[in-house]
Amino acid sequence: MPTTIMARGSQLLPVAVVAVAIAVGAFTSTSGQAQGNAAQRRDQATLRTLHVQGNVHLVVGAGANVVVQLGNLGSVLVDTGTAQNAERVLASVRELTPRPVRYIINTHSHADHVGGNERIGASGIPLSGRGVAQVGAGNSAPRAEIIAHEETLNRMSAPSGSAAPFPVTAWPTATFSGSHKEFFYNGEGVQLVHVSSAHTDGDTLVFFRRSDVIATGDLYSTVSYPVIDAQRGGHINGVLDGLNQLLALVIAGEKTEGGTMLVPGHGRVSDEADLVEYRDMVTIIRDRIQDMVKRGLTLAQVKAANPTMDYDGLYGSAPGWTKDQFVEAVYNNLKPPPPASRE
Amino acid sequence: MKLRNALGFVVLLVAFAAPASAQSFLSGDWANFYHEDQPERGPGPALGDYLGIPINAAGRQYADSWDASRLTLPEHQCRAHVSPYIYRGPIRVRITEDIDPGTQSVIAIRHFLSTYAQERIIWLDGREHPPEEAPHTWMGFSTGEWIGRTLKVRTTHIKQGWHRRNGLPMSDKTTMTEYFFRHGNILSQLSIVEDPIFLEEPLVKTTNLMLDVGGPNQYQAWLFCQADDEVPGRDPAYVPHYLPGQNPYLTEFAAQHGLPVEPTRGGAATMYPEYMQKVKTMPIAPAPRRQAP
Repeated sequence: MPTTIMARGSQLLPVAVVAVAIAVGAFTSTSGQAQGNAAQRRDQATLRTLHVQGNVHLVVGAGANVVVQLGNLGSVLVDTGTAQNAERVLASVRELTPRPVRYIINTHSHADHVGGNERIGASGIPLSGRGVAQVGAGNSAPRAEIIAHEETLNRMSAPSGSAAPFPVTAWPTATFSGSHKEFFYNGEGVQLVHVSSAHTDGDTLVFFRRSDVIATGDLYSTVSYPVIDAQRGGHINGVLDGLNQLLALVIAGEKTEGGTMLVPGHGRVSDEADLVEYRDMVTIIRDRIQDMVKRGLTLAQVKAANPTMDYDGLYGSAPGWTKDQFVEAVYNNLKPPPPASRE
Repeated sequence: MKLRNALGFVVLLVAFAAPASAQSFLSGDWANFYHEDQPERGPGPALGDYLGIPINAAGRQYADSWDASRLTLPEHQCRAHVSPYIYRGPIRVRITEDIDPGTQSVIAIRHFLSTYAQERIIWLDGREHPPEEAPHTWMGFSTGEWIGRTLKVRTTHIKQGWHRRNGLPMSDKTTMTEYFFRHGNILSQLSIVEDPIFLEEPLVKTTNLMLDVGGPNQYQAWLFCQADDEVPGRDPAYVPHYLPGQNPYLTEFAAQHGLPVEPTRGGAATMYPEYMQKVKTMPIAPAPRRQAP
């Protein structure tokens, strides 16, 4: 009977509601979990990005900072991070723009800055026929053009018959040997400034002039003392010359902040005031060690005097470059050369 | 002041805070008055006076190296004070509110600070602080919440500045927690500054401001600072500083005030009342030798 059915139905109603609720809950839970997993996968596949200013963005967490200039013509990357992070860098750039990578600019030759050259370069398309030249170098397809100072190419390659530290497909394809190189791209001038014998001998600052952003490479860092790669031509006085050269390019904005923005090789986005603190710190420590060298202190005595103590909390705990390594590098740069032997 | 004492102080202030008489709770023009630390606010602190600041050894070495001539460098001339310091200078503060036109809720409170024409925004809309790699500013990034009638503010992303403008450094790792509370026409700010690089303990300060109704406009909306060549011909790469052990001014403050040198070197211990007993046992700094005119 209907009544009975209704009665039975009314008795069953709470059960049905609970069942539906459980089912819906299970679905939404599963759905939420799936969404969470998707988000997690997406997070693992990409890196965090930050808009710096104008056309310029930063990809964070690739081993070194990767700078991306966006525009209708396709993107320019300054450095490519480590080889292990190349796919994630590429995925992050693709989230920023569907357009291809046209140029890669390397600030210097270290693996945390050029490691992604091969993979990311292969994903790119040169703007002109210039990239086709690489086909003749053993590649089957055009690639993004890789620009760097000639010394960077020298450090990444090797003479015929010797083993090069990087595969040929990661090497710069367009080099410059002077103090500057410039081109106009995506509506702004792109100025490459060579800083000699600083972090390495191939350091290049990349200035996006309309965006007013400079990618500094490892000449400047907010998280470590300057890394002086003496084996690749680095020197403390070159670092200071480079920092002062960089300072001359930078114009602070209104109320002495903002204006020209800097993306260091490692660490956070900065402006002139941050750079000034760093330049002051490097100058002061150089002067202290210089004075100790003049007074004839040994390296052990210089280290014992702790000339970096006031700055160690800020810069002394970077992985791979301790304060002792920094002091030793500066000491070795400044100590008088051994007397020439007489035959 | 130890942090727990400071927080206890906040609880008491919140409990006994009198209701505000003005229609808008914090909005208005607030003028500083200089009954606290006048030398700090007017002429500036003496060189070598680190008394009462909980600096650590790193902060002390930094300050001992600091040469006031560094302020003559073009790139230093136009620098502003940072938010943990700026309220202790000569200052007027204009506080306004940003209102959401749809909900009429307060999105943000703005402080326009007469010194260096700085504008500080305290966001009340629940937004997150920027990521680690974002730029730092003189004022930093601030978010606030109301605890009863007390505004609690948390600030991160502050540029490197100073805890005292005689070279005592404040790092860019500093964070600040503030409590703003109003008693009639007096606005009090309690700031708890935590600097893991240069401080041994949090630096706790209170600053009072007085409501200034109907006065002439004493603000300008812009700051134009053009650095000049104060020392012509100097090498642009030169950075004035003292090598370790060579700063001749570090005992001057102690000698002028008949104090032992040790307490003027600062540190957390110098903040506490019981330190006075220790000071009484210390030798007084010798008077500085003055050259005959």
